[in-house]
Amino acid sequence: MSLMHDIDFTLNGVRRRATVRVDMSALDMLRETIGLTGTKYGCGEGECGACTIQVDGVSLNSCLMFAVDCHGRQVVTIEGLGADEASTRASALRDAFVEHGAVQCGFCTPGMMMQASHLLDRHPHADAESIKRGIEGNLCRCTGYKKIVDAIVAVGEGIAP
Amino acid sequence: MSVSEKPRFIAQESLIGTRVTKMDAPEKIEGKTRYIHDISLPGQLHAKILRSGRVHARILSIDTRAARALPGVHAVITAADVPDQRPIGVVRDHLPLKGDRVRSLRDEIAAVAADTEEIAAQALSLIEVEYEDLPLLANPEDSQKPGAPVLHDDHPDNVAMRFEYSHGDVRAGEAESDVVLEDTFKLHYVTHCCMGVSGIIVEFDASGSLLMYSNTQVPFLHKREFADYLGMDPSRVRIIQPPIGGGFGSKLDIYPFEVICVFLARAAKRPVKLLFTREEEFLASPTRQPVLLTLRSGCKKDGTLTFRQVHTLHDNGAYTSWGATTPFVMMQTFSSLYRVPHCDYHTVAVYTNNPYAGSFRGYGNLQATFAIEQHMDMMAEAIGMEPLEFRLKNAQDAGEVTGQGMSFKSCGFKECLTTAAARSDYSRKRRENLEQRQSGGPVKRGIGMASMLHVGGGAKIYPSDGCGTILKLDDFAHVTLITGASEIGQGSETVLSQLVCEELGLPMSAVTVVNNDTAITPWDVGVHASRTTFIAGNSAIGAAKKAKVKILAAAAKKLECAEADLDLRGGWVIRAASGEALLDLPRLLRSLHFSDKAELVMTTFYYEPPSVHQDKAFKGDVSAAYAWATQVVEVEVDTETGIVRMNRVTAAHDVGRVLNRLGIEGQIEGGVVMGQGYALTENLLVEMGVMKNPNFRDYKLVTAPEIPEMDISFIESMDGEGPQGAKGVGEAPAICVAAATANAIYNATGVRMFDLPFTPERVYRALAGKSEKLCWKPE
Ligand code: FES
Ligand code: FES
Repeated sequence: MSLMHDIDFTLNGVRRRATVRVDMSALDMLRETIGLTGTKYGCGEGECGACTIQVDGVSLNSCLMFAVDCHGRQVVTIEGLGADEASTRASALRDAFVEHGAVQCGFCTPGMMMQASHLLDRHPHADAESIKRGIEGNLCRCTGYKKIVDAIVAVGEGIAP
Repeated sequence: MSVSEKPRFIAQESLIGTRVTKMDAPEKIEGKTRYIHDISLPGQLHAKILRSGRVHARILSIDTRAARALPGVHAVITAADVPDQRPIGVVRDHLPLKGDRVRSLRDEIAAVAADTEEIAAQALSLIEVEYEDLPLLANPEDSQKPGAPVLHDDHPDNVAMRFEYSHGDVRAGEAESDVVLEDTFKLHYVTHCCMGVSGIIVEFDASGSLLMYSNTQVPFLHKREFADYLGMDPSRVRIIQPPIGGGFGSKLDIYPFEVICVFLARAAKRPVKLLFTREEEFLASPTRQPVLLTLRSGCKKDGTLTFRQVHTLHDNGAYTSWGATTPFVMMQTFSSLYRVPHCDYHTVAVYTNNPYAGSFRGYGNLQATFAIEQHMDMMAEAIGMEPLEFRLKNAQDAGEVTGQGMSFKSCGFKECLTTAAARSDYSRKRRENLEQRQSGGPVKRGIGMASMLHVGGGAKIYPSDGCGTILKLDDFAHVTLITGASEIGQGSETVLSQLVCEELGLPMSAVTVVNNDTAITPWDVGVHASRTTFIAGNSAIGAAKKAKVKILAAAAKKLECAEADLDLRGGWVIRAASGEALLDLPRLLRSLHFSDKAELVMTTFYYEPPSVHQDKAFKGDVSAAYAWATQVVEVEVDTETGIVRMNRVTAAHDVGRVLNRLGIEGQIEGGVVMGQGYALTENLLVEMGVMKNPNFRDYKLVTAPEIPEMDISFIESMDGEGPQGAKGVGEAPAICVAAATANAIYNATGVRMFDLPFTPERVYRALAGKSEKLCWKPE
């Protein structure tokens, strides 16, 4: 059996411990060890963005991160998005995704939301072109991206839908 | 509905054509939706499949002893362990577990159910298989040559299926032609790339009944077929469909992994869950069908089409799935998109050691349209006519019955053509681009158009093309809509609820949809052929109308007036003429329920479209309505690098009528971008039966920065049979893009490309005159 390791970190605002295999990805830890299934597996190799989470305020692909590297960090998943002071923006994003029809099968959606909120945190007034570049790493097979971009633009400009 | 203060008058408001948000969007956005990947059953085991990794080989031995001895392993199965397995697939040529021979890289040899995925994977690595390689058949063109390896002994000619269709007399048509063109087109492998990988969870209950959590698009066909393969009574098979991470036609067939998981659950006597990895999803999911196609077309100088003759060679891969049957759709495009007096069409689908082809949004129509619409431009040029004018001259009209027997009751084709042309300024830009071909810098602009015809009112392929609905209203006028139609992300539950609310005068919040359990929902043939809004929509309306009749009859009795004077609006029974609110609906329902003759308002309806099965010659009006579209694509071609940038797509779609504007825009935008991927970026590389790029790094899906600007127009032809006038639209938007792109590249550069995709290297070679001229004729 593989080596296990204890880690201690903050997940969606709550301090917690976990015992994880040293070769486990953060994605598998979230989904299997902890049971938060909002973060999705789409490729397991950093190519689709379905597994996007935020760690210490930076968005990243949780499939490429080792679970043990979460130790001592602030991890936010889709389940915790908007639980903190940035919550107005997160809830505006949620509303915009609904109103603009940015969701079809919804499998890419949690990752898109995590990436979009990170983008707007960094660039609150991002225009459509920079938003498109900002979600380049998030694949969506259903929507053709247009309505996702529209939704993010609307929130970015402060136009509540 | 809560009891509210009685409003005096309620103004009429229609939901039809408005932007209705998707009912399942909020929970998807919050990550709360439980896809199959997210479901765990108590006591569940994890399964993995050992695949051959050989393209064509005899299996000499399989040794599973070490795998069976591994702690945590509950079941290991090979073909020898399931002597009762039966072949699956469209022509029953595919055994789920291969015992003596493998015919493609993805072939299933053994499977394991274990406590964890890691243990299952470790067990696989302990299984030893000895093979003896067999000669390879990688090129479909070689399949008919003497001495070619035979893939299935009962198909000594390697032919999986043939299709022959004709109307008129192509020889006579050719004789009266002023221009005759013949070209060969080559269409490549692409695959669905659903963002959620394939998976299944299987469990047997104490009485031996089978419960499957499955992502199938055709639960009722599956139920029956699984029972057949397993020798079970179909009524003991139950399928629950969790929300699905993308379908696009990929989940229309039964696949080996599903049957294997059932065998594992039976052997282990525990629930078993099996999920693909992304690599496995690429390797083991059927693809869009690669096609080699030779088209011979003619017209007169005045622009009248005279004939079309088509030969196609389909690479079936090692086994037969729905890909082999795409000629059903292809021939419709050849015979009936335009008025063609003489047409024949021949397809041979041949076995090879390549990945096998399934059904994929558009179902052969992308391939057919790619050829036809290039020839339309080429013939127009040959007779010196504007491409738009040439198309308009030959386009179908309402009232036409085609040589194939398709009857166009509503047809907005000409309006699609003129609308897309006008909104894109097609004719002017086309001329200007032509003038600038020789001058200016290395980046050339091009504009191209293509049109399509697709079934839009179901497709009568199975004995029934219908869908059932059960509707119940509770004591508070809340509706439960129980429909056979599956939601695969396309928004069916929203549009069906909308249709019910429209009939019953209720807000969207008054509906709950149940659509995912064969033990509860009434029969439906499945999500295919762009049929759900049309068929399930008519079914839902039928049930709602019956409920309305019941309610109004009760209200009329209470109010002592005629039913015809009443209507439902805003949760009230109103006076139809004035909108005056008369009775609070929840209260009326309760008074029906809690009375001497206690009754609940519950209705059922089964809708069967008025279409017919095709005869043996493939003739017949197979759909209750037909959808039309024209798309104009604008590109920039960098002649120094071969990079094609898609700047703008102008789409005009005859959708009958817009029901949910938000949903239909999403379908079209998503379809256009999927078509863009087919045209420009996606290419599943298969060399000697081996897939070279089974990952998103090397298989390039379109990403957000690459999408074109999209201008979408809806032509509302108000189909007489459609629900509120609507027709199907699911597949249509993906169909024209590649063909229009080819025409745009020609407009920009003067170079015609007959094979896809238009990746930089291939475009560069074509511009340099370095690509081989394709030429294929059946022997
Ligand atoms: S699953 Fe992590 S990027 Fe695809
Ligand atoms: S909504 Fe299905 S992948 Fe994006």
